[in-house]
Amino acid sequence: MVQQTAVDETSRPQAIVAVEGVVKRFGRFTALNDINLSVRAGEKIVLCGPSGSGKSTLIRCINHIEKHDAGRIVVDGVELTDRMGDINNVRREVGMVFQSFNLFPHLSIAENCMLAPMKVRGLSRAEAHERALGFLRKVRIHDQANKYPGQLSGGQQQRVAIARALCMQPKIMLFDEPTSALDPEMVKEVLDIMVELARDGMTMVCVTHEMGFAREVADRVVFMDRGAIVEEADPETFFRAPSTERARDFLGQIIH
Amino acid sequence: MNSLDFSIVLQAWPYLWSGLLFSLALTAVAFVVGMVLGTCFALLQHFEVPVIARIVRGYIALIRSIPLILVLFWFFFLVPIVLGHLSGSGGPVPIGATWTAFITFGLFEAAYYSEIIRVGLRAVNRGQFEACQALALSTFETYRSVILPQVLRVASPIILSQTIILFQDTSLVYVLSLTDLLGAASKLAQLNGRLVEMYLVIVVVYLAISSAASQGVALLRKRYAIAGARR
Repeated sequence: MVQQTAVDETSRPQAIVAVEGVVKRFGRFTALNDINLSVRAGEKIVLCGPSGSGKSTLIRCINHIEKHDAGRIVVDGVELTDRMGDINNVRREVGMVFQSFNLFPHLSIAENCMLAPMKVRGLSRAEAHERALGFLRKVRIHDQANKYPGQLSGGQQQRVAIARALCMQPKIMLFDEPTSALDPEMVKEVLDIMVELARDGMTMVCVTHEMGFAREVADRVVFMDRGAIVEEADPETFFRAPSTERARDFLGQIIH
Repeated sequence: MNSLDFSIVLQAWPYLWSGLLFSLALTAVAFVVGMVLGTCFALLQHFEVPVIARIVRGYIALIRSIPLILVLFWFFFLVPIVLGHLSGSGGPVPIGATWTAFITFGLFEAAYYSEIIRVGLRAVNRGQFEACQALALSTFETYRSVILPQVLRVASPIILSQTIILFQDTSLVYVLSLTDLLGAASKLAQLNGRLVEMYLVIVVVYLAISSAASQGVALLRKRYAIAGARR
């Protein structure tokens, strides 16, 4: 039932993220049921599907915020097992942006961006500060570096969250519905940053319903439903002629 | 009825002062020991460390259900016997009233501070933990740099209340024949018959210290306030 495309087959050798036969259960509920997905370096993937389809769970398994129950996940050559060392090695290379930003409210914007580079990468305070300002400039928010998260708008906070993740200089960025908690007028400023990031060649896996974004940057759209990948295709094909009934229903509901 | 005569208070000031210093020293030590130990207790429960978390829970339940004055008695008589057994000296090893007071207050307060910190830990949004995980922060750094600073800010008013109660409870050391501020005042009052003056002055001293503590915490809260946070 999974529509494999030629892109997926050729991607296997150089996959930077390989998800093979992954199963995740919450109690009796199966959130992910035999998921296979591989992501090449530099590839941009948009995950979409109805709520409860398992898309957020899938990307949270990629950096082991959720622990998968069966199958294999290999990120940048490191298999995710219970070994904390491996988990942290993967997390160093994988940045994540959350729906609810999750900035540290008691730290300034700059300090939010400096904490992990100092504590995990061992940068000095000065180096971390310089790097933080660099990435804050990239997300066009460096003039707010000394403010606190609570003093910024939602869109600004999410841009800071992107900068905070980038300060670890990850190889892969995961986005978990980054614009879903934003007021409509702030969605674009965040998407613009994500488009720029995609143009810079970042490997990205994005859970989003922003179909404009998907059309513009995605190499592949992966459609999930009830814990399974139902359809994978390039965005043009997916939006113009979805091959499954469920994808057609879904698109009918989100495109008004 | 005689008119009030406060000159007696001036004469007795050195004795009152030594009582006050003892109360403050006991409060300070019990605060530091209680907060450090209490934070450890809270974290052990938070991590649900097998067996140890249950022991800690039992300890807190026990301590919170008995009055401090009983715990003081208990330590004063029990700990020397336990020490005697452990050291194999045959008889009890007395540890003295002062040590008993410091140890007991520290252990007693730890149970209360632990509950405050534990509730504070539960108030921290799950997203904060997830953000730390995603950034590969170690568990130690997660708690030291992100979680506990937020817990302490949220819990500071309750921690202050508990510490003011602690300061007032130091008067219970009279059962160990130690002299704190209230003990000093009551001894002097009975000695010279000036009960009203003495207890009036003591009220003012307690009031001044508690207000100063509240002001101090208010300043700290302002200094370390989370800008833009809703209160």
